[in-house]
This record gives sequence, structure tokens and C-alpha cells, in this order.
Amino acid sequence: MIGTPSAEAFVMAVLLTLLAAVTIAIARQRNMFGVVILASIYSFLMASLMIVLDAVDVAMTEASVGAGISTVILLTTLYLTGSMEYPQRRSVAIPLFVSIVVGAALVWGTIGLPAFGISDAPIHQHVAPTYIDFSRKHDMPPNIVTAVLADFRGFDTLGETTVVFTAGIGVLLLLQGGWRIGGSRRDEETEGDDEI
Amino acid sequence: MEMLETFAAHYNYFITIFLMISGLFIVIARGNLIKKLVGLSLFQTSVYLLYLTPAKILGGTAPIYDESYKLYSNPLPHVLMLTAIVVGVATLSLGLALVVRIKEAYGTVEEDEIFAKDPEAE
Repeated sequence: MIGTPSAEAFVMAVLLTLLAAVTIAIARQRNMFGVVILASIYSFLMASLMIVLDAVDVAMTEASVGAGISTVILLTTLYLTGSMEYPQRRSVAIPLFVSIVVGAALVWGTIGLPAFGISDAPIHQHVAPTYIDFSRKHDMPPNIVTAVLADFRGFDTLGETTVVFTAGIGVLLLLQGGWRIGGSRRDEETEGDDEI
Repeated sequence: MEMLETFAAHYNYFITIFLMISGLFIVIARGNLIKKLVGLSLFQTSVYLLYLTPAKILGGTAPIYDESYKLYSNPLPHVLMLTAIVVGVATLSLGLALVVRIKEAYGTVEEDEIFAKDPEAE
């Protein structure tokens, strides 16, 4: 039956393995167009995984923002910079060493975490039940994520809006600013429009 | 056998860490600035997974209230990651705008060639 714990865990394992494969492909791919398309596939896989992880709101945002807008602005940048292939010149020994050391430290830290998916992990004991009970008692939206986002933590959302606004101003200034000496102006407005 | 069970129970975390260090590796090892930014967004996405994985309860349902369900996944990490996704695309677009500017100023987006043209940058 769909929705049983073992079925959920199986679907999740398949999606995670596919994610790892796509990541390896992104690291090895030299053609930048291929990299962007693989990053888009990665985002769609991630959105599917988020649905299995019960994060439906996050999955919707990831599918529209991660796979949609990010791909569009990456392709726009490729069009503007015109760099499709890049050569391999550097040695990868030091980066590989750093990554493996960091990864080993993180794995070491992960072993002590509670097993995946159990309901009596510390994260489910304190704040989350309060949010769920309180939002139900006070007739907040039935989607508890919306209740937390808008009713409990509205200032977080205000801060997020400020960050997006600031980044939008930054992109507009960088791409349309006439203050730059000798900068050749091309049709750059498309990139700014995606952000705002 | 016990080790195998630990591995299965932490498989999500291990893949998350793999995605994370892959992003880190791309940021350090690749010279193309756009590829570096793709690596950075891989890193960001793995952080979403790091937050969402412990929020899940096997056998639970999405945190949308309904009479017929009692067990909900934790809604708090979902809210935090909604914010993180939007901030992530904001930083990505700002970085790409900088790349476009660098391309105009130096005529290339390869880090080595930029350093070659601008000795003070190193």
C-alpha cells in the first residue's frame, strides 16, 4: 500500500541515490549548458524528495524557484557571458582532500543523531506540538506551515522580504548602473526583470 | 548487522553530506565562476535537506490539519526552509549579476584568466 513507512523509505532511498548521481554528473560536466540543465533536474528531484518528506509547501517553492527561476537566470547569464565550455587546467588534489576531510567530520557528527523518521526524536517534543495545538485551538489556517509563517513568525517573513528587496536593488544597480566607466551596455534588463 | 542498520537509518544524512561536500568541491575546484555559483546552490539545497530530514516522521502526514490524522511532521523546519529558498535565489541572482559585470570588465569568467589579467587580485 502506498504511504506505508517502508514504501516511503524506499521511494526516498531511490530519489536520494538519483540525486547523488546527478550531483556527480554536475561536477564532471564541462559544457555549461549541460550543467544548467542538470541543475534543473537536480531541483526537480529535490522537490519530489521534499514531497516524500512531507514538506509540500517547500516542494512547491523549490519546483518553481529552484527549477524555474534559477534555471532562467542561469541561462540568461550564459547568454550574456557566452561561455559554453571551459577547460580543465587545475589540479583537484587539494579541493578533494578538503572536501573529504569536511565530509568525514560531518559523517562523524551525524552518527550520533537520532535515526531517521522516528516520532520521539527531541525535535518533535517541544516547539512543534505547541505550534500544532495552538494553531488548531485559535482557528488559524489549517495548513500549519502557513500559520507558523504568517502568524507566529511574521517578522521572519518580513526580514526575508527585505533581503529579496535588497538583492533586487543590487541586481538592478549592477546591471543597469550607468556609473561604470567603459562598461559596454547590452540588453541586460531581462535579468533584472526576473529578480523583481 | 548493527552497522548496516545504523547506515540505513542515517542514509538520508549521508547523502545530504555527499551533496554538501560535492557543492564545496565544485566551489573550490572549478575555475568557471558560473559553475562555482551552481556549486554554491548545490550546497544550499543540501542544507534544505539537512533541515527537512529530521522533520519527517515515518507514517506521519504533511502538517495540514485534518480530523482523520493525528501524526504530523514538524512544520517549523519547513517554514525556515521556505525562507532559505527565497534568500538562496536572491543571492544566486546577485552573484550572477556580478559575473556579468566581471565578464564585461575582464572579458572572461575563468578565474585563472582574471587573475592573469589583474595581478593585484591574487
